[in-house]
Amino acid sequence: MEKSTAARKRKSVKWGIGLILCVFCVLMLLPLLMLLVDSLMGKQELMETCGAVLSDYEGHAGFRLFPLYPTLRAYVRLLLDSPEYFTAFWNSMLQTAGVLAGQLLVAVPAAWAFARFRFPGKKILWFLYMLLMILPFQVTMVSGYLVLNSVHLMDTHGAVILPGIFSTLPVFILQKTFAAIPGEVIEAAKIDGAGDIRIFLDIGIPLGKSGIFSILILGFLEYWNAIEPPMTYLKTKALWPLSLYLPQMTGTEFSAAFAASVVTLLPAVLLFLTGQENLEQGIVASGMERKKHSE
Amino acid sequence: MRNKETRTALLFLLPSLLGTGGFILIPFLDVFRRSFLQAVGNGFVGWENYRQVLGNEAFRLAAGNTARFMAACLPLLLSLSLCMAILVRQAGRYQKWVKTGFLLPMAIPAASMVVFFRMLFDDKGWLNLLLEHMGAPGQGWLTSGRAFWILVACYIWKNLGYDMILWLAGLCAIPEEQYEAAKVQGAGAWACFRYITLPQLKETLFVTALLSFVNAFRVFREAYLLAGEYPHESIYMLQHLFNNWFVNLDIQKMTAAAVMLVILTGGVLLAFQRDGWKEP
Repeated sequence: MEKSTAARKRKSVKWGIGLILCVFCVLMLLPLLMLLVDSLMGKQELMETCGAVLSDYEGHAGFRLFPLYPTLRAYVRLLLDSPEYFTAFWNSMLQTAGVLAGQLLVAVPAAWAFARFRFPGKKILWFLYMLLMILPFQVTMVSGYLVLNSVHLMDTHGAVILPGIFSTLPVFILQKTFAAIPGEVIEAAKIDGAGDIRIFLDIGIPLGKSGIFSILILGFLEYWNAIEPPMTYLKTKALWPLSLYLPQMTGTEFSAAFAASVVTLLPAVLLFLTGQENLEQGIVASGMERKKHSE
Repeated sequence: MRNKETRTALLFLLPSLLGTGGFILIPFLDVFRRSFLQAVGNGFVGWENYRQVLGNEAFRLAAGNTARFMAACLPLLLSLSLCMAILVRQAGRYQKWVKTGFLLPMAIPAASMVVFFRMLFDDKGWLNLLLEHMGAPGQGWLTSGRAFWILVACYIWKNLGYDMILWLAGLCAIPEEQYEAAKVQGAGAWACFRYITLPQLKETLFVTALLSFVNAFRVFREAYLLAGEYPHESIYMLQHLFNNWFVNLDIQKMTAAAVMLVILTGGVLLAFQRDGWKEP
């Protein structure tokens, strides 16, 4: 008798947990859902539900969980009628890809150096790298501006790409991936006569692959969403990435605003869904340092 | 031998060193120098710029707001994400789906959310629609002190998954045998949590807190896109202030404030490090 009450209690606890998690998940996903739903509304319906806020339609906003007449018109309109949107889209692509390619060339070897070698000044340098990682953009904004201005890069794609390449967060994450490679593997390669660069290319990179993927995914999410650097360093609107252009656009052409928002988040969300494992590993790596030392 | 190792390390480090040195470290020395100079004529003015910044009303408001924001959102996020991590561990085979749901907001660019937020918080928007349905009068959401809590909610929405993953990693590192041993001795769920889980999560707590602190500065994106350069004074943060100083080319104040912030952040980092968060 007692056993069955205990079992029932455990079962109801399990249901309770499931319920709480469900409610939170729905809350987390609700904004995304509403964007999708509203992006499928026609112009008239959108005017009735959202016109009061986004345009000068009389009365209150309305709320519909499902569009009455779902249509893809908004996407078609976006595709055909808004060349500026696509300029911004490609600007975003170019700037994000530029930063990520640069980070691969710069941060990966740097992380290898921090993980695998001892050299004088390493402690101080590592402290500086960590400090740079946690400083908010606004603090380094002036120094960045002074340099970019003196080399005449202000208001070019380079102004956003170059400082992004030298972000120290990827070095920080990769350092831990590389440090986790067992020393014996590298010793064995050394005995076989492999040089330092060979070891890095043939052992470091293949074994650190998941870490490299995770910095790429984290980096994409970060730079696809970049607001501060382009806002500070780009004056010409034709160079603006989506993250800056879109909020402006929603003010003027609201009928395509929801579709534009969905298209903007699509690359980031798709990448997230395909690379979730690696992303999680990256997040864990970003926080694992102390663990290793205390063990 | 040692010399060769240094040379090889330098070779690998060189691109990164040149970049961070050229773009950030060396220019920052220039920023440091300028923080003691006049705006025009480059005369030495000692601590004058610092005095001006500290006496500046906007700076006090922004620094106070930023501190208040950190004090409100960090404990909230840390405790909520820990609760979620503990619950998610019980989710069994649905764990992966739940993780996806919690992490997804991280991938959604702030720009895409703007239109949704406008619909939600506008005077004629969805929240007020809901309130009026329930018979309550509508509120000004972004034009009052509520803006502060909206920003806190935004921050939690965006970072809950990230912190939850960090907590999960910390929780998984605790050996299962310890719980079993405690249960044999008759310890309840709460006792297990209090005496086994919590003490061993202290290390995860440091890291999670530091990363949450870093991410808290990024909430400026949402604040800026939602409310512009001069939002309601309850969410006027240091980031807004720096931005407006930059627009007005108030370089003197910026340099002095940047130096102070670097020293402050460096101090926080040192405190964390002294607690064992070491170099590789």
